[in-house]
Amino acid sequence: MSGRVLVGVKRVIDYAVKIRVKPDNSSVVTDGVKHSMNPFCEIAVEEAVKLKEKKLIKEVVAVSCGPQQAQETIRTALAMGADRGIHVEVTGKDYETLGPLQVSKIMAALAKKEDAQLVILGKQAIDDDCNQTGQMTAALLDWPQGTFASEVSFDGDKIKVVREIDGGLETIKIKTPAVVTADLRLNTPRYATLPNIMKAKKKKIANVKPADLGVDLTSRLEVVRVDEPPQRQAGVKVETVDDLVGKLKEAGTV
Amino acid sequence: MLLRKVSQSSALCGTILRVPPVLSGGQRHAGAVVAVQNARMYASQAAQAVLDKPAAIGSDAATKVEKKTVAVESKSFAANIFKGQVQTAQVFPYPSAMNEEQEQFLRELVPPVCKFFEDVNDPAKNDALEKVEDHTMEGLKEMGAFGLQVPADLGGLGLSNTQYARLVEIVGSHDLGVGITLGAHQSIGFKGILLFGNPAQKEKYLPKLASGETLAAFCLTEPASGSDAASIKTTAVLSPCGTYYTLNGSKIWISNGGLSEIFTVFAKTPMKDPKTGEMKDKISAFIVERSFGGVTHGPPEKKMGIKASNTAEVYFDNVRVPAECLLGEMGGGFKVAMNILNNGRFGMAAALSGTMKGVITKAVDHAANRTQFGSKIHTYGAIQEKMARMTMLHYVTESMAYMISGNMDSGATEFQIEAAISKIFASEAAWTVTDECIQVMGGMGFMKDAGVERVMRDLRIFRIFEGTNDILRLFVALNGFQSAGNQLKGLQKALKNPIGNAGLLAGEITKRAKRKAGLSTGLTLQGTVHPELAQSGELTVKAIEQFGAVVEDLLMKHGKKIIDEQFVLKRVADGAIDLYAMVVVLSRASRSLSQGIPSAQHEKMLCETWCVEAHDRVMRDIKALRSSESRQVFKNLRAISTAVVENGGVVSTHPLGF
Repeated sequence: MSGRVLVGVKRVIDYAVKIRVKPDNSSVVTDGVKHSMNPFCEIAVEEAVKLKEKKLIKEVVAVSCGPQQAQETIRTALAMGADRGIHVEVTGKDYETLGPLQVSKIMAALAKKEDAQLVILGKQAIDDDCNQTGQMTAALLDWPQGTFASEVSFDGDKIKVVREIDGGLETIKIKTPAVVTADLRLNTPRYATLPNIMKAKKKKIANVKPADLGVDLTSRLEVVRVDEPPQRQAGVKVETVDDLVGKLKEAGTV
Repeated sequence: MLLRKVSQSSALCGTILRVPPVLSGGQRHAGAVVAVQNARMYASQAAQAVLDKPAAIGSDAATKVEKKTVAVESKSFAANIFKGQVQTAQVFPYPSAMNEEQEQFLRELVPPVCKFFEDVNDPAKNDALEKVEDHTMEGLKEMGAFGLQVPADLGGLGLSNTQYARLVEIVGSHDLGVGITLGAHQSIGFKGILLFGNPAQKEKYLPKLASGETLAAFCLTEPASGSDAASIKTTAVLSPCGTYYTLNGSKIWISNGGLSEIFTVFAKTPMKDPKTGEMKDKISAFIVERSFGGVTHGPPEKKMGIKASNTAEVYFDNVRVPAECLLGEMGGGFKVAMNILNNGRFGMAAALSGTMKGVITKAVDHAANRTQFGSKIHTYGAIQEKMARMTMLHYVTESMAYMISGNMDSGATEFQIEAAISKIFASEAAWTVTDECIQVMGGMGFMKDAGVERVMRDLRIFRIFEGTNDILRLFVALNGFQSAGNQLKGLQKALKNPIGNAGLLAGEITKRAKRKAGLSTGLTLQGTVHPELAQSGELTVKAIEQFGAVVEDLLMKHGKKIIDEQFVLKRVADGAIDLYAMVVVLSRASRSLSQGIPSAQHEKMLCETWCVEAHDRVMRDIKALRSSESRQVFKNLRAISTAVVENGGVVSTHPLGF
């Protein structure tokens, strides 16, 4: 058991920013827009660092896929307590079409290369809301998965995961190595303090290309169009129930 | 080509003169002789002003100038406009004082600080409790916010001035009470140790100060000594054995006074004058620890604003201060104090630009969503003017803050006039902007929940502390006059050898003649500012030329008595402030246009609008300074004030007769 945890962190548009669609409807505006670490990835990093502080694991490695700026996100993870980082360089068209399938291939390859005992990811990213990367990574590795985790604990050589599901909470036990995805209530991420950011400057970030990992980045998806949500239409007041039924029939919903 | 009679000042008759731009060789001497006779009256009075400069300004300046034949050229833009010169070294191009690593590091520091202030710090709570909440203080300490500029090897973050400014901007936009708690601690509280401490003092005190384990306070003000800092009465008497000082006195309105462990205290130390042998009291600076014993403090003052910041009286009763705690040289305390204040001023402009940004966002949010008379109120001219003026004031302040911090980081040593200007401008601009924000928000702005009235109350003190704006205006004007006076002194020296300096003298006469006629003297910013801003550049240069002329006229007229002409000094300072503001936005907008950043055209508009109005203000003030009406007005103002003081209040009888 290597005692090594791989944490994936994604650089996304900050949650507080007002999203705008590009005039050509090809994608959203990202130039000059504030970006930060995906909130669920922050929770994932926090969990990994907590495990290290409890001495249940030995090393936390933060991974991010993307252009140069992805390094900022890795640095935030380092400031939170990760030991080192791996920046998988993906730029240009490849970055535009980068999705869960490609990232999970990369994570799987790295998990094998780094001999990871555990891979922790955020349950989904707030920009695409795919909720697929964790699951795909586990499948590619043929590892067990504990998704939507609101509690993670070590139980001998197994991991106990309490999952948030529609019906309530489900507790499972999975063997390691495994993939876990973090849900909102797993923990409250710590603030990166300025002295820690300074210390993080000394931590290493390795640079890796997808080709080095033998990963093919071709996308099987094509984004046809991006639109803003439709403007909310005004409602109509009706006098009687019959009027209401009549209007519903008109609109074709009844 | 004859050199016609030269008229020098408005006091003499004003003849329109035509002066050839170039004097040919043979006639040069003749022209110079004529020039000498006329110019003699010119320079002598002003030179006199320099020679007789009182100690408060620069006691050694006069003696130093006598030894040099040519004064060392100052790189400060503000100092040079008083000479009617445009010195662009520190203002163009707009400074970029961070290397890649520093910029990268700063980019990483900004988000956590923002997040902390958005999520953890509760400014309304701090204001209501009249203290910074305990968990917030703890969080700030963990965050490393107490030692931003302490070197990394002593436990701080080692930030440059520009990096510090950027972070302080965030604090300013959220909570000025916390801003003052942090600023009183590091910007002035222990800055003395950073600037003047010896290695032993730095090692002993800085680590705990950086972590926030101990807090610091700056102790200068006393009940009878505010602006007149040189008159402090706290004493520190050296023991006969020479190993310690006994400190006695009381200080008032000390920020962090009730919380601090370490105090930078200014006291009068009796010293023997080496020349005359008599005992004189000179100010010295000390590092005083509360643990020395005899240090007590009063209850927290109840204030209008920055309530979260602790302000208290601090009493020193026979405190034994070890001799090693002397900060800087014995008798050099005044210099220490002034340097500390000067060094921290840019921080205020940075913090206040953050405050303005926050407040403008609130105003915009309201104006964009509030509908009255069928339209959103931001479509109405009255609101539009407010929004535009708020935006321009913020743009100028922000540009000043980062220009000065950039200059300081690049090693500039002469920025005291600019720093003073930025403090005056920032504090008044922030007050106006917040006031207008409340106005835009209407009744809502007046309500506590909106959060703007608190900012307004917090801001009032910024025009008062760290050097009242009134004193700083005098400082700006007098510093500038000294610089202009030095130049004229140099001219007087040249006059002693007119033939040898004929070219110089002829050039000077030409320049003044042209200025008098309203012609350009050849000064230009063309080639320095972006071509799209050429018009604004020319407006600025014209204003500088006339400003230099009126400064000279005033020096000639009043000589050393200029220091008493406060009505005049205030208006001169206002001119200097406007001119610096103009050049600062010209520089920043030029850079934006050159870099082609998205907001470049918008910034061009801000810059042009500002320059047009500032130019008008400066010209109007210059005209007033020359007119006889304003002389009468000043007389009247003085008389009105005297009458009211004599009467103990308003003099005029009530309209109803009783």
